[in-house]
Amino acid sequence: MTELLFGGAGILLFAMGLWSFLVHEPLLRKLIAFNVMGSGVFHILVAISERGALRPDPVPHALVLTGIVVAVSATALALALDRRLDDEDPDG
Amino acid sequence: MDSLALAVALPLLAALLATVWPARATLLGLLGALATAAAALMVITEVWEHGQLSTALGGWDIPLGIALAADGLSAALLAMTALVGLAISLYAAAYFDGRQAMHFWPLWLLLWTALNGLFLAGDLFNLYVTLELLGLSAVALGALGGDRAAVAASLRYLLVSLLGSISYLLGVVLLYTAHGSLDLARVAAALQPGPVAAAAMTLMIGGLTMKAALFPLHFWLPPAHASAPAPVSAALSALVVKAAVYLILRLWLDLFAPLVTTGAAMLLGGLGAAAVIWGSWRALHAERLKLLAAYSTVAQIGYLFLFPPLFQATPPGPGRDDLLAALVLMILTHGFAKSALFLAVGVIQKRSGHDRIAELGGTAQRLPATTFTLGLAGIALIGLPPSGSFTGKWLLLNGAFASGQWGWILVILTGTLMTAAYVFRVLSRAFNLEPTPPGFVTDARTELPALLLAAIAAIGLGLAAAPLWPLLGGGEDGT
Amino acid sequence: MNRTPSLVVALLVAPLALVLLWAFHEALTQPSGARLADLAETSLSRTGVGNPVTAVLLSYRGYDTMLELGVLLAALLGIWSLGRVSPGFHPPELALTAMVAWVVPLLILTAGYLLWAGAERPGGAFQGGALLGAAGVILRLTGERRLGLPSERAQRRLAIAGIGAFLAVGLGTAAAGLGFLAYPESWSKWLILLIETATTLAVGMTLAAAYPGGPPGPAGNERDAP
Repeated sequence: MTELLFGGAGILLFAMGLWSFLVHEPLLRKLIAFNVMGSGVFHILVAISERGALRPDPVPHALVLTGIVVAVSATALALALDRRLDDEDPDG
Repeated sequence: MDSLALAVALPLLAALLATVWPARATLLGLLGALATAAAALMVITEVWEHGQLSTALGGWDIPLGIALAADGLSAALLAMTALVGLAISLYAAAYFDGRQAMHFWPLWLLLWTALNGLFLAGDLFNLYVTLELLGLSAVALGALGGDRAAVAASLRYLLVSLLGSISYLLGVVLLYTAHGSLDLARVAAALQPGPVAAAAMTLMIGGLTMKAALFPLHFWLPPAHASAPAPVSAALSALVVKAAVYLILRLWLDLFAPLVTTGAAMLLGGLGAAAVIWGSWRALHAERLKLLAAYSTVAQIGYLFLFPPLFQATPPGPGRDDLLAALVLMILTHGFAKSALFLAVGVIQKRSGHDRIAELGGTAQRLPATTFTLGLAGIALIGLPPSGSFTGKWLLLNGAFASGQWGWILVILTGTLMTAAYVFRVLSRAFNLEPTPPGFVTDARTELPALLLAAIAAIGLGLAAAPLWPLLGGGEDGT
Repeated sequence: MNRTPSLVVALLVAPLALVLLWAFHEALTQPSGARLADLAETSLSRTGVGNPVTAVLLSYRGYDTMLELGVLLAALLGIWSLGRVSPGFHPPELALTAMVAWVVPLLILTAGYLLWAGAERPGGAFQGGALLGAAGVILRLTGERRLGLPSERAQRRLAIAGIGAFLAVGLGTAAAGLGFLAYPESWSKWLILLIETATTLAVGMTLAAAYPGGPPGPAGNERDAP
């Protein structure tokens, strides 16, 4: 039951992030939304590694770590691209 | 030595070397390209001999370790990537210099690593990692031009790409929750039709159609492909988009085969048809050559999605194998033709400083070899014999006749006519000045790689299509 | 923000969330006994490390981790290729500068501890690397232009250290006929530690270098003018 609760929260985070990603125009908000979606997915992974009395599964934990590094890399590149656009603005 | 691991490890090693010695990036990059192509050749020969290859990495057996696998389909794409990659590398060695070369080579080799990794991956999460490596290196390469348009287009491409991969990842997580494995073959064996499989399929294939720029999710592609430097445009259009198409095909055939419905296939086919018409229409009205090439990519991707409804209607057997081989042939032909087209446009752009179609006059006289390349690539895009897409379209038409799906025939014919129109629009402009050319080839280092690719697309693949059948057939029934 | 599209999107996303919740519920209740957890635990003794998460990252799925470091490298190279950008913040106050003098060494020390602890307890290369990166960011915020980073040459070497270690070990084991990244059992612990150390340095350096958003600065250890 706990994993349904935590994992379900992850799905809600994913959906909220998706909504925000689609409706907000500014890049910063889109990036935050994308990271919320990512957190949602990681939330589910952490939730499913605990199944009742069974031994916790280390594989989803490792996937989360990998996923975080990927999300950080993508966010950093997006911010750098945006910074470059700002710098080229006539008044920037 | 394990050829599957080498095909990923060698380009990665070359990328590291080019990062550490930026002053020698071009030389190291060319050597890396050769080594990578050699590793790909090893994989292809082994697939040719044994039909299928697979290996578990790290010395751990499959559910715990990660599988690399190759069959006819992945070997065909690996081969295209190796040839197109070599031509792009040769071209880029002449195209980029100084700081740009220093930035280009490591990213390009990382992109190649991701492509080979993706074609050989047998693990659903590993596929996610290769998708992200592919996406990020493609975005970084696309922004190399450095102007505002390129950076803005790359940023948009990055956002779409991220949305696509996070959706894919959520699908993988659902499958792992239900089946406790990330191995593609294992999950495929355990998969039962039901809400989990359906949701995972929607998330994964839906996410990938964004990366494959299937209409109406194609909006990011034309600006991104048109504003990148020529070798990068060639790689993005010939290889990166194809990788997403490959993965859709792989999931469709190998993972979700038991639960794909006629409705889902029809949806993909319908979007493909819309892409064919819309992409060709925009290409016909494009003012710049690069934009024309980019919209043509949207249309050509559309053709590939006409296949799922026909797969669905054709019972397994020789008829279906023919369709699959035709699909692969069209993917390959388009890969070669479009990379040739973008490389040729790059030559024109460097020579005359622009790529406006209305002002192409005299190109045929100034750059005969490049104009010939445009012509050959055009033949392959239209699907005139003996090009590979002639055979591909012919089989596609056959499949549509056989299953009585007449609508697709209309789409294929209209699309082909429109393609002919936009190709001849370019050629007629290029041919309208008098003086005789001094020689056929003007700048061998950039013109010849492009010409070679176009020749493969227009002539080579059509004539060499016969061996493709046993290769793909062997991959299909596992013999 | 336009209100109508946002409502339409909400009306589309809400049913998607419900369907996903249902699918997730079904996935949880599927009678699938097969979990990797038991297999990961029984194989743990052959990896030479006691922390199962580290075993997954560095041994069972080390190939994933190698490619993931490739993603990080691609992002850094992409950021470097965009050219120099203007600094986006103000010079620091005195209190901040004074605090940094003891926070940064502490971060570096903790990073080293996390790296070492990762073999047996929660911790590991990425956690350690994140702290190193944070140390660099804090230095940058106090006006240290180079973030305590070495020359561009050295930065390029550090950036590839993690993948380099993976590849060296992987190609080595493949050449020895064991298969790519298949560590011999008696060496496993030390090979993992080697790769982890290189990865910690690479991750820390990359995160710090990505922060200012431009290529490595010119030589010299100058600070922003106050």
